[in-house]
Amino acid sequence: MKSVSTLLASAILLTVSTAVSAADLKPAVVFDMGGKFDKSFNQGVNDGVMKFNKETGLKYREFEITNPTQREQAIRKMAQRGSDIILGVGFAQSSAIEKVAKEFPNTKFAIIDGYVVAPNVQSLLFKEHEGSFLVGMLAAMASKSGKVGFIGGMDIPLIRRFACGYEKGAKHVSSKIGVIQNMTGTTPAAWSDPGRGAELTRGQFDQGVDVVYAAAGYTGVGVYQAAKDAGKLAIGVDSNQNYLHPGTMLTSMLKRVDVAAYTTFMEAKNGTWKAGIKVFGLKEGGIDWALDEHNQDLISGDMKAKIEAAKSAIIAGEIKVHDYMSDKSCK
Amino acid sequence: MNTDSRSLPRWIDIGLIPVINIALALIVSGLIITVIGEDPLVAVTVMVKGALGYQEGIGYTLYYATNFIFTGLAVAVAFHAGLFNIGGEGQAYMGGLGVGLVMLGFDAALPIALLLPLGLLASAIFGAAWAAVPAYLQAYRGSHIVITTIMFNFIAAALMVYLMVNVLIQPGQMSPQSREFSMSGHLPFMHEALAWIGIPFARSPLNVSIVWALLCCLGLGAYIWRTRWGYELRAVGHNERAAVYAGVNPRRVIVVTMCISGGLAGFVGLNEVMGVHHRLLLDFTAGYGFTGIAVSLMGRNHPIGVVLASLLFGVLYQGGAELAFEVPAITREMVVTIQGLVILFSGALAYMTAPWVERVYHAVKPRRAPAASEA
Amino acid sequence: MSTGDDRLTNDRAAVPSSPPPAIELHGISKSFGPVQANQNVSMTIAAGDIHGIVGENGAGKSTLMSILYGFYEADQGEIRVAGQSVNIASPDKAIAAGIGMVHQHFMLVDTFTVLENVMMGAESGVLLSGSITAARSELKRLEAEYDLYVDPKAVIEDLPVGELQRVEILKALYRGAKVLILDEPTGVLTPQETEQLFRILKALKAQGGTVILITHKLREIMAITDTVTVMRHGKVVASKTTAETSEAELAELMVGRKIRAELQRTEVAAGAVALRVGHLTVRDAYQVPRVDDVSFEIRAHEIVGVAGVSGNGQSELLEALSGILPVDDGLFEIGGRRITPNAPCDPAQLRALHLAHVPEDRQRLGMVGEFSARESAILGYHNDPLYQAGFMFNQVAIKAKCADLMTQFDVRPPLPEALSANLSGGNQQKLILARELNRAPDVLLVGQPTRGVDIGAIEFIHRQLIELRDRGCAILLVSVELEEIMALSDRILVMFEGRIVAELPAADADERSLGLLMANAAPVETAH
Repeated sequence: MKSVSTLLASAILLTVSTAVSAADLKPAVVFDMGGKFDKSFNQGVNDGVMKFNKETGLKYREFEITNPTQREQAIRKMAQRGSDIILGVGFAQSSAIEKVAKEFPNTKFAIIDGYVVAPNVQSLLFKEHEGSFLVGMLAAMASKSGKVGFIGGMDIPLIRRFACGYEKGAKHVSSKIGVIQNMTGTTPAAWSDPGRGAELTRGQFDQGVDVVYAAAGYTGVGVYQAAKDAGKLAIGVDSNQNYLHPGTMLTSMLKRVDVAAYTTFMEAKNGTWKAGIKVFGLKEGGIDWALDEHNQDLISGDMKAKIEAAKSAIIAGEIKVHDYMSDKSCK
Repeated sequence: MNTDSRSLPRWIDIGLIPVINIALALIVSGLIITVIGEDPLVAVTVMVKGALGYQEGIGYTLYYATNFIFTGLAVAVAFHAGLFNIGGEGQAYMGGLGVGLVMLGFDAALPIALLLPLGLLASAIFGAAWAAVPAYLQAYRGSHIVITTIMFNFIAAALMVYLMVNVLIQPGQMSPQSREFSMSGHLPFMHEALAWIGIPFARSPLNVSIVWALLCCLGLGAYIWRTRWGYELRAVGHNERAAVYAGVNPRRVIVVTMCISGGLAGFVGLNEVMGVHHRLLLDFTAGYGFTGIAVSLMGRNHPIGVVLASLLFGVLYQGGAELAFEVPAITREMVVTIQGLVILFSGALAYMTAPWVERVYHAVKPRRAPAASEA
Repeated sequence: MSTGDDRLTNDRAAVPSSPPPAIELHGISKSFGPVQANQNVSMTIAAGDIHGIVGENGAGKSTLMSILYGFYEADQGEIRVAGQSVNIASPDKAIAAGIGMVHQHFMLVDTFTVLENVMMGAESGVLLSGSITAARSELKRLEAEYDLYVDPKAVIEDLPVGELQRVEILKALYRGAKVLILDEPTGVLTPQETEQLFRILKALKAQGGTVILITHKLREIMAITDTVTVMRHGKVVASKTTAETSEAELAELMVGRKIRAELQRTEVAAGAVALRVGHLTVRDAYQVPRVDDVSFEIRAHEIVGVAGVSGNGQSELLEALSGILPVDDGLFEIGGRRITPNAPCDPAQLRALHLAHVPEDRQRLGMVGEFSARESAILGYHNDPLYQAGFMFNQVAIKAKCADLMTQFDVRPPLPEALSANLSGGNQQKLILARELNRAPDVLLVGQPTRGVDIGAIEFIHRQLIELRDRGCAILLVSVELEEIMALSDRILVMFEGRIVAELPAADADERSLGLLMANAAPVETAH
């Protein structure tokens, strides 16, 4: 009985407090199946919204889905509860956002990695191929054997875009460089299989690879460990993972989903939010490569200069990095 | 083990004991919720209300139950023939592929009146075909069906990813999913169907495939217990030697039964692809095939039991989502823990409480023999 | 476990004068659902006695012994061992109280040696070596004391049935059993093996042991027991000193009415050949011939009995002739059809040729325990149009047929909805016979028709078989009961290691000569 009354009391309190702050922005985020602690993509978004919360003091609602049907359910529920802006994490939520956005034309929606055309949806896209191109160049320059490797997570177009950019970057340094690619699997389990990641990495090392780039979510942890154990180099992805194994982490390809999440919430708060496509590339600072105290010994001045030059060239449009998604091939 | 519970009246065996088991699971869950500093009563209230307290919630609960009925029946029918079909997941995946291909191929040309039976047939045939191979290997080559059906889950997943990424993906789309079917390729939602007859109902993924699920229950019950084929199926399951003695060919029974099982699992694809998402996509099976094993176990492999267990699992799924939504401290992992406890207590430990219940029952009951003396 | 033991020893010390009875049962009751298996059962078994328990199937003997051995717990009542009340909740407790049991179906690990089986579950310490040495010397002692020799190094699967039984007895004695329960021990033995078993039991008695013998063979009761208890319908109907009773009296007590002693058989001239078997060979998975070049004929109006120690190919012969096992060589002919390795025939097709089969192992072959009696009553005939109504079964017709069969063959309880497994052995057998005989077959294969069946039912079954033969059926009868073979058969075949080693008219056969033929005229063990 006591607990029921506490429930009622807290429910009333909740209503009161929301009533008081009715004018404040009520953001919401719907994480995808990986969950907000996936040490990768969803976690990046989580960092961004937490930063927003810390700086503004504004509370946000969140939900982690466990099956595909819940995407639409959760997004609609957020909208029904009066959330002002709802952020969907991952391309898989595109169709759900598209549907719900139509039903709630006065609510703002944003989708990371997805592309939805609607007057109240902001699509937050990244040019992963640009960053992958840069780390591909770095890999080629750091490789002594002339062979570099790529370990993807689940075999989907997005990951092939990473792979393609990486390959183009490596070949940009030397057309003779060999690029060996492996995908961890074909099911979502491929995002969280460090054991298999390590195994694939050792396999690539046996084939002469000495720098390996992982775009595989939590699976990457195994890749980096295998590289450390073998004394070879590895490249992190999404967030700055250089700190994991200083000395063998050559660099990390940064995909700043945290920035994207933080920005879209901030814009909504400041009234500058606009629907439409927002692309995060090298130019926008949404994509970058990581250079810090953990890997500065591995990057020579010459390497750094070349990479920065390429970066400027890409930003200026002098180098066009092929996007796998544009023609579904990597020629 | 079974003889113990046999000395109990049926209403205790299939009525009271499951209720006790669920209560035990909820008590343990309550302890865990208390440990993380939340009020277990609130949690239960949120869960039950979220699943059964309003129309949309009910819709979701029944939508989940539809999937569980299909996969639960699939496991149950195989179980009656002594087969353990762990491949419901892959068969459901393939069933969805079948529906999807039919819809993508014909949704522009044919009306729903034709697409509905075609989709039904396609999901059944694809699911059945996916189960037929392990069945053949079991019947004629002696490869254990548990192993092969598990393997076929992986093959189905790999095949789907390949098709979705390379063949069926909607051009210009990042996400590996097909284009949306045109309206004639949509199964009517329940709220739409009810609206036609003047009953307003909140929108939810619940669609007319639940009607088909219930028809499957009736049909399967009749098949297993009221036809000579079901008779042969049960004979093989209970006592293969006696079945051979009776002139039954167990190999044929194994293959036919697994095809029925796979077809039933394939109907998950009907519900998900044609009923809810209206496009082919990855991972729509979301573990329903595996949960079907627990559903069947809990439902004692009986169609009515499967329906009841499916409802329970529907409540757990929808109520669990609601719980994670409403009570931030209860994460989805916590929800999975609660679901797991319910499965553990009512499935795996189903007979744990039976001896105690029996003891209590006999202590309360005996009035037939005079002068009860326990020395 | 140990508490029971302690109490027992204390108690023995406390009662120095005349020894208390080995076992006393007071008011034991046990019910399974609506079935009252034991009802207020009391009996006293004196130490050093061989005590027989007889009764029809379903009389509650096995349930009572299962309670004594801790498999079931009684609903009510008290068990006293050596004068001390004990609570036997599990077989462990029974063993601790000095009670051992030899089951009808042996509980041995086939791939272990005799020694390993004997010590299994009674090992002590972490390492086995100590236990092994101890077990070996203990076996030696038992061997000397009871004249109970089995080679400790022999592997179980290589041993004949008689020796397996000895291993079971050794196992019980090794665990310190003072009271030994034997459940239908002679069912699988040759006459010679039976004699040897009785010698062992007498040795046990001479050493002060107590034996409880459950059997339906009254002759054995008369031959070896000191006292006997008769059970009927879950109750004790009489306790007698064996010397003061007779076979006829016991039989009457068991059945509750007078038994006709002699089987009436009319002489009928044999008719046309109904089943011809030519050079039939059936091999097992290892290509060992189980039925080896067997040829014979059976005519209408004729019962041919196959005598043999079980495991000499009789089962395989029946299964091959009924279509369950494939023919590897040779052929058989029935109803104008010739079944050869290249022209096989499945059980369903053979049924269509008017062959009926009452299998030896009724529980594992003849019915499905989990089926209702109604369903078991149509096993093998379930595709008959009579039982169909469109796609569905015609439940009314099936139920009517079952009720009909149950009345004709006096199956009790006559409930078509009863679970087949819940029927007693005799009633299961009657239901199967009813089903198979109902079709008026031209050829009937029947294995162990009365195994584990009580006297009243045996008489009934025998009469049915004779009647069927009189009506013109050709019957192949396989049985390990020589008495049965001799009473029913017109001709007798003796099988040994898959071959037919002798064929003789029933009139010329006696138990002794058949026993020797069954052992293939080898020197008989009783000689030493």
